[in-house]
Amino acid sequence: MNFARIENVTLRFGEKLVLQHCTLDVQARAITCLIGLSGAGKSTILRLLNGLRTPESGRVIVKSTDLAHLKERDLVAFRQKIGFSFQFAALFDSLTVFDNVALPLRETTTMTEPEIRKVVEATLESVGLENVGERMPSELSGGMLKRVGFARAVVNNPELVLYDEPTTGLDPIITHVLTDTIKRLRRQLNGTAVVVSHDLDSIYAMADYVAMLFEGAIIEYGTVDEIRRSANPIVQQFLQGSEVGPIPL
Amino acid sequence: MSTRVPAPLRPLEEIGRGATSVLEYAGGLAILTAESAGFIARLRVRLKETMAQAYFLGFQSTVIVLLTSLFTGMVVSYESAQNAVSYGVSNLVGGAVAFTTARELGPMLSAVVVAGRAGAAIAAELGSMVVTEQIEALEALGLSPIRMLVVPRLVAMIVMMPILTILADVIAIVGGGYLAHTLAGIPYDTFVESIRTYSDFSDFWKGLIKAGLFGALIVIVGCYQGLSTRGGAAGVGRSTTGAVVLAIILIFVTNFMMSLILFR
Repeated sequence: MNFARIENVTLRFGEKLVLQHCTLDVQARAITCLIGLSGAGKSTILRLLNGLRTPESGRVIVKSTDLAHLKERDLVAFRQKIGFSFQFAALFDSLTVFDNVALPLRETTTMTEPEIRKVVEATLESVGLENVGERMPSELSGGMLKRVGFARAVVNNPELVLYDEPTTGLDPIITHVLTDTIKRLRRQLNGTAVVVSHDLDSIYAMADYVAMLFEGAIIEYGTVDEIRRSANPIVQQFLQGSEVGPIPL
Repeated sequence: MSTRVPAPLRPLEEIGRGATSVLEYAGGLAILTAESAGFIARLRVRLKETMAQAYFLGFQSTVIVLLTSLFTGMVVSYESAQNAVSYGVSNLVGGAVAFTTARELGPMLSAVVVAGRAGAAIAAELGSMVVTEQIEALEALGLSPIRMLVVPRLVAMIVMMPILTILADVIAIVGGGYLAHTLAGIPYDTFVESIRTYSDFSDFWKGLIKAGLFGALIVIVGCYQGLSTRGGAAGVGRSTTGAVVLAIILIFVTNFMMSLILFR
């Protein structure tokens, strides 16, 4: 069953065509990983899914709602149901770790401060972070920052969580920890996740479905096994990291 | 698709582009102001953050505002006292100092100094938040950057600028009185009597209206510059410089227009 669908979307930034008649189905209660070259538009797809970008043409449907036709006020409310973990965590550097994670609860719910404390502490614990609540983001390592970003993204139990390059630039051990965390969080929330990543080992470990974006469109979609067995030479060149093939360098 | 413009028409194209940019910028400022006013009208103001901004943008600007106002008041007094004594009209000095300070120098100098400090800080902070995706993170959380960031600064400055201007007015007049007395020998009684005779209370409160408006201007320009930052650290630098320069120009232009309206 589809949780979300990007349908025939075209989008350009200035003169640059980023997506061209792009269609992607996001299966409910599954992890869909998006792969593709740098600058292919993967992160743009994440931003389309939570309404941070509006398509030039086509539709973005999340839970039967066409985001392109939502008023700004409804879109803001809608975003509160979607978690977003940014590539560089994007934590608010003037707030402590605790306040970063608590912010969505303080601003969008009627929870009391003791209730918020309980939820934030539990969420930080679920991403493997304890006793860091009073620290500032500048005092954390790269892996810890990402996990705080995960915690902030999932603290209000969103139905869809979007992860933008969650393991980029991290060592193999932390990459493994984060990959497990994404899988565990998806199970805990019983929700849907879309992950943009270049880390193939991590993708093979967590993905239920993989979609490859190339030149503005999804050129291959399937399970991990289906993608690995793909006959598409572009997919094979990408998976093998080869310089030889149809992908222009 | 871009069309190549013939060389003789390129200056016209540049003028057209420039005009479009100015209108776009003015439109952006107007929209930001309107959206902020909407949140304030609905009382959706984050009080704790507003207090923090009042402290940082307003209270922490007190010393530089007092220093610049003190020396400006003393210069005005010194120049006018010398001439006034030589013409035998030393009873005008207090009035001249109070009049110019309350109407123009107090609000405008305070605003220029605060624009340099607070305007730059606002643009740099928001610009950094843009390039580190913090603004986008707010939007992704379903939170309005305008309510979270612009409104607290706007309310704080609309409240704090008049307070800073009152302090600036007082210190400039006190400094002016001291200098008129010590260097030109004008008695304190004469100085104070001159203030009473030649300046009006309306000069002061109209100056405070200007100050509140300048405060709003500094914040709106600083926030708009910060929120429109593009291009990493260099972009933050450009936004910060632009915020200060533009705020100061707009302060002078607005001061002229407000003087025409308030003191006709």
